[in-house]
Amino acid sequence: MAFAAFSSTSVVAEPAPRKKSRIALFLLLPGILYLVLFFLTPLVSLVLTSLQAPREFGDIGQYDYAFNWQNYVQVVDAYWPHILRSFGYALAATVFALAFSYPLAYFIGVKARRWPLLQSLMLVLVIAPFFISFLLRTLAWKQLLSDESFVITSLKALSLMAPDAHFTGTPAAVIFGLTYNFIPFMTLPLFTTLERLDTRYLEAGSDLYASPFQVFRKVTIPLSMPGIVAGTLLTFIPAAGDYVNASRDFLGGADTQMIGNVIEANFLVLQNYPAAAALSIILMAVILVIVGVYVKRSGTEELL
Amino acid sequence: MAASQFADSGADLTLVGIQKRFPGFTAIEDLNLEIPAGSFFALLGPSGCGKTTTLRLVAGLEEPTAGRILIGGKDVTSTKPHQRPVNTVFQSYALFPHMTILENVAFGLRRRKVSDPVNRAHEALRLVELDHLAARKPQQLSGGQQQRVALARAIVNRPALLLLDEPLGALDLKLRRQMQLELKTIQEEVGLTFLHVTHDQEEAMTMADTVAVMNKGQIEQMGAPEALYELPHTAFVANFLGQSNLFTGEVVESTSAVVAVDVAGIRVAVPVARAQRHAGAVTVGVRPEKLAIHRDAPPADSGTNVLGPGRVIDVSFSGVSTQYLVAIPGAGTIVVFSQNREFGPISHVGDDVWISWNVEHSFGLADVPDEVQRFAGDTDTKSIAAQRREALIAELED
Repeated sequence: MAFAAFSSTSVVAEPAPRKKSRIALFLLLPGILYLVLFFLTPLVSLVLTSLQAPREFGDIGQYDYAFNWQNYVQVVDAYWPHILRSFGYALAATVFALAFSYPLAYFIGVKARRWPLLQSLMLVLVIAPFFISFLLRTLAWKQLLSDESFVITSLKALSLMAPDAHFTGTPAAVIFGLTYNFIPFMTLPLFTTLERLDTRYLEAGSDLYASPFQVFRKVTIPLSMPGIVAGTLLTFIPAAGDYVNASRDFLGGADTQMIGNVIEANFLVLQNYPAAAALSIILMAVILVIVGVYVKRSGTEELL
Repeated sequence: MAASQFADSGADLTLVGIQKRFPGFTAIEDLNLEIPAGSFFALLGPSGCGKTTTLRLVAGLEEPTAGRILIGGKDVTSTKPHQRPVNTVFQSYALFPHMTILENVAFGLRRRKVSDPVNRAHEALRLVELDHLAARKPQQLSGGQQQRVALARAIVNRPALLLLDEPLGALDLKLRRQMQLELKTIQEEVGLTFLHVTHDQEEAMTMADTVAVMNKGQIEQMGAPEALYELPHTAFVANFLGQSNLFTGEVVESTSAVVAVDVAGIRVAVPVARAQRHAGAVTVGVRPEKLAIHRDAPPADSGTNVLGPGRVIDVSFSGVSTQYLVAIPGAGTIVVFSQNREFGPISHVGDDVWISWNVEHSFGLADVPDEVQRFAGDTDTKSIAAQRREALIAELED
């Protein structure tokens, strides 16, 4: 899990005997081989592809290896609204998912402790959507929120929506879909931290003149920071690269395309492999920077 | 809250008709208590007697089912914990793991917007001699140090009332003794009212001005430690606070000076003023260290109670004193503590001996001890085995 990445259990190992380190190396070998084969090689290939140049007088989709760094400039120039939109949508979805999941996880993990049966039941309900493919679930939402659907016609009948307004195809629909799809990824890490939250700290806080809100802000939130960081990362990273919710086939429209949709289109439709590869690398780099700053700022390594 | 609400001295605590029911059981039954300002008050009792619940009620962490709580004359029954001029040293310390020691201590001051919280926190840490560890995190400290931080975090707020919930429970014996002394010293220095909850009778007696012995949600007896020890009113207090030898018999003589009961044909007297009941079946008790052991029958005397002859069934030497177990037909097994003024024990297993004590040292109880004493366990293994067997037989018969 993401937790391991931030753990600061910097147990400085004693200089182990050589024989021991050889065994450790041997045990690590399968993992290293796997990573080289399925992570490092594609990554190198991706970097090389991103620098390719179109073959002179070649067909569409024919490229040669080169050092054509202008690819990056071109994709940023052409697709910067998509890049910004992706991170904007992902941020909005993360915030909404956190706002929705925190009270839910708090209820399951802290308030429902006295009723273990209710606790398990609620956890099952959080996980239950996983039993159905998320493509199907997203399609179902498309049906439920389409212009002819009961929900939208009712809203229009009640004049809560303009008669000619749509919901599917709007940014709101995409953010709604992203939020919905990532809520379990937010709730579960939050639950695991809040489940272990020692309520005696909360009592100590209120004993030391902190109002319920101050206890929440000064004690509960800092103590649940590992769950918040893990949950937001597990939501933000995949949401930024998501290409299902924003797709026109699902909840998106022409002007809600995210970077994932652009990459997909460039790879599969336009056969512009260098552009797609360059966009992928930009996405990866930006996420790495954001995550790095975020983890550093939240200071969670102290808590784990 | 304003800084002006800092207490200059402790405030008194009054509990009026407190009752606390949890689903399925009653933790506290009609508790009335008055703790004067500036005193060190100990609530002593076995686990499950309701003492921690009492503390939580005063802190505001639980709500009473009925009754009122007054601190310094002000009714705080319906106020929230953060609105009460009370701080608690928790049994688990509950130091915030995400804050430094300094921030932990300054937490309460910051919440109350007290000026210069950092310097005040340093000052409190100096009081418990831990200022050099101010920048550390709680988990980097030892148990005893954490305990002292918890204490500093509470007293830095100068609460009118400081609640201590068995804060020494997790410490080893030596550190415990040291902390008991420190706590007492700090209490005298800062002049706050301390309410200390413990199940350790020695701790309660050495530290507190007033001890209240609690049993089954009620206060059995309250008073100065010496008064409680020398003149227990009930069998529970007699056995929970130290050890006692108890004899039950019918009253055979009742004058203006003494009440005497018949124990297996022998007259055992207790001064009228030290007896809670003067007629019917009365239980007379005496502390083991008040007894003298004799190898020959001592001369009968109206000022002395004599039991015997009995047989010594166990001798255990513990350095300062020797504990003898003497079986006297009809009176049961009697525990005697004898100072080691001679080299080695003066009696041996199998010896026939007499036991005597000054009538003035007897005390008469208000109740009769249960058949199987709950706290007789610290006499010897034989009596524990006997208790177990009796309990098992009772269970099988049910």
